[in-house]
Amino acid sequence: MLLRHTTTEIKERKALTVNPAKTCQPVGAMYAALGVHGCLPHSHGSQGCCSYHRSALTRHYKEPVMAATSSFTEGSSVFGGQANLLQAIDNIFTIYEPEIIAVHSTCLSETIGDDLGQIVAKAKDDGKVPEGKHVVQAATPSYVGSHVTGYANMLEAFVKYFSFNTNEKIRQVNMLSGWVEPSDMRELKRMAGLMDLKTVLLPDTSDVLDTPMTGKYTMYPKGGTTVEEITSMGNSMATVAMGDFATRKAAIMLDNKCKVPFKMVDIPIGLKATDRFVQAMALAGKVSVPDVLTEERGRLVDVITDMHQYFYGKRVALYGDPDNLLPLIEFLVDIDMKPVYVVSGTPGKAFSKKALEILAEKVPEAKVQNGASADMYLLHQWIKQEGVDLIMGNTYGKYISRDEGIPFVRTGFPIVDRIGHSYFPTVGYTGGIRILERILGALMDKIDATAPEESFELVM
Amino acid sequence: MRKIAIYGKGGIGKSTTTQNTVAGLVEAGKKIKVVGCDPKADSTRLLLGGLAQKTVLDTLREEGEDIDLDDIVKEGYGGVRCVESGGPEPGVGCAGRGIITSINLLEQLGAWDESYNIDYTFYDVLGDVVCGGFAMPIREGKAEEIYIVVSGEMMAMYAANNICKGIKKYAQAGAVRLGGLICNSRKVDNEREMIEELARQLGTKLIHFVPRDNMVQQAEIHRKTVIEFKPQHVQADEYRALAKAIDENEMFVIPEPLEMDDLEKLLIDFGIAS
Repeated sequence: MLLRHTTTEIKERKALTVNPAKTCQPVGAMYAALGVHGCLPHSHGSQGCCSYHRSALTRHYKEPVMAATSSFTEGSSVFGGQANLLQAIDNIFTIYEPEIIAVHSTCLSETIGDDLGQIVAKAKDDGKVPEGKHVVQAATPSYVGSHVTGYANMLEAFVKYFSFNTNEKIRQVNMLSGWVEPSDMRELKRMAGLMDLKTVLLPDTSDVLDTPMTGKYTMYPKGGTTVEEITSMGNSMATVAMGDFATRKAAIMLDNKCKVPFKMVDIPIGLKATDRFVQAMALAGKVSVPDVLTEERGRLVDVITDMHQYFYGKRVALYGDPDNLLPLIEFLVDIDMKPVYVVSGTPGKAFSKKALEILAEKVPEAKVQNGASADMYLLHQWIKQEGVDLIMGNTYGKYISRDEGIPFVRTGFPIVDRIGHSYFPTVGYTGGIRILERILGALMDKIDATAPEESFELVM
Repeated sequence: MRKIAIYGKGGIGKSTTTQNTVAGLVEAGKKIKVVGCDPKADSTRLLLGGLAQKTVLDTLREEGEDIDLDDIVKEGYGGVRCVESGGPEPGVGCAGRGIITSINLLEQLGAWDESYNIDYTFYDVLGDVVCGGFAMPIREGKAEEIYIVVSGEMMAMYAANNICKGIKKYAQAGAVRLGGLICNSRKVDNEREMIEELARQLGTKLIHFVPRDNMVQQAEIHRKTVIEFKPQHVQADEYRALAKAIDENEMFVIPEPLEMDDLEKLLIDFGIAS
């Protein structure tokens, strides 16, 4: 019993958060920056921050994650980090030759009041940014929001810096993606392709964090949204932004700056959210939905009806990031599962409100916990008070799963003890089938392992 | 060794008063160390005859952590060991963090080693206690006596009261105590009586009333304390008296800060408002 100190009795806590359901802003800023081609993330702070954020990503994606740091010393914390960042920009362009440096701040540099915008402007004035190269910056203090906030801030910084409206309309739709896997990004592009739509996906970590082994190391893999593509987003017909928490800021920026109207949808996880995504894309690009997609949808519906008896009434505990959880719990409700406990550490009242709306009719008993103090300790206590049939979330749920003997499906960030997430998408209709397959696998393995001999079934 | 920190509203004359008092103590044969905790690094100007000091943080920035104590401690008037923390230029970095770094470094380097036989350490701290860094000199094991420089002007008294709130917080957990108020006169009506009453209400006393005299400014222009510049002048005697009062002081209290209403009432009672 690794979590044997978790009590069943719940006492109100004011100060202590145990196993929070979120991580640092810069982790998100770094991930978003990796989705831009030729971009080197740069952490403006102490070395430890950068190391942690890189390893958080490497452990999940099983790929090397490169990032530079301003390497604050005690002196920099007193005198400010300007000298370090200027030197860093000079060194990085000379030695590592990226197209773009994406600078994000840290708790330390934010607290001492370093002004990234001013320092980056000075770097340009001093001629430290070579012709045709770029430095983009975003403020990402970890004591505000979560990794999702950092992702959103960096995304906003990219469109703010690059996108321009040059008054030549392009028949093209922008896709702003919330935090999903490289495999999901690939799937989003595939679906758009089926619809015969020209799109720009930002960010795009496919072919960056799922690269093939070729025997040769490239610091900047072939994937990632290019500078030209991001620039052209200012001339697109419309933007489809997936996930309120991660992409709304960038969508609004594109609208304000380049007058590109946007449609907010959920990340296309599950049946209805994918329907809405496909609909939004069709409207934005003025195309009709091709039969291939309708057929994919049909296959998903077929799986749901075939296996409905195994889903029906099963209680599920979930935790993770708001943009991913909302469509997921909606999907679970649609297949008659019961998402009874939902936890997200990313603060935002809209999350609880939307989650409770989704759950109101079919799962009125559901409990939702959200905000900086939302933690897995309380989730575990809820489970101890009234158990669940399934846990869905990142790797950190394995402790609860093991202690309580509950089937566990890994989803979200980070997954550091299994693979697959980088390669098999969970977005779109086919992604929906994969979600169901994994839920069924977990539930049925438990049935097989615990069924009495007389009811051990061959056919399920 | 007695460890003393001088606080007070910005511009009230903390550095001037501190250095003149130190000069008085030097005359009385004391060994003294002055630690300037102001990014402007002007807390030891009168003792050193100019801004000749290389600051702790400048040295740290230029030479890394491998610093020799002799690089940053300079002997001034009467053998006073002078140190300036220094800090970032206005508008960048974190001055509060600078003070923390600087005092930690001085301790690490053994600036207070017994072989120096220091009788007094004075910390001259910038303005108000705006953040944790500026409270560093009154944390556990640092300064144990605080003197607040004040005048009869409302904002100076308001700042003094605020500083008392900071002292109270640290005093409850540690050894730091308020030693008294030093009135650096601005020739406000009923100034002495008013500050005496403020001191009484705070639970402390007016340790000395320093009258206003142009001699202080004259000496400053010559980069000297009054005691060094014009030893016979009456103002020099005032600082000697202040030094003696501090040397003989035995009243160390945890202050009771006033409510805003009480502070305003004090001003009205003593006729400023009329």
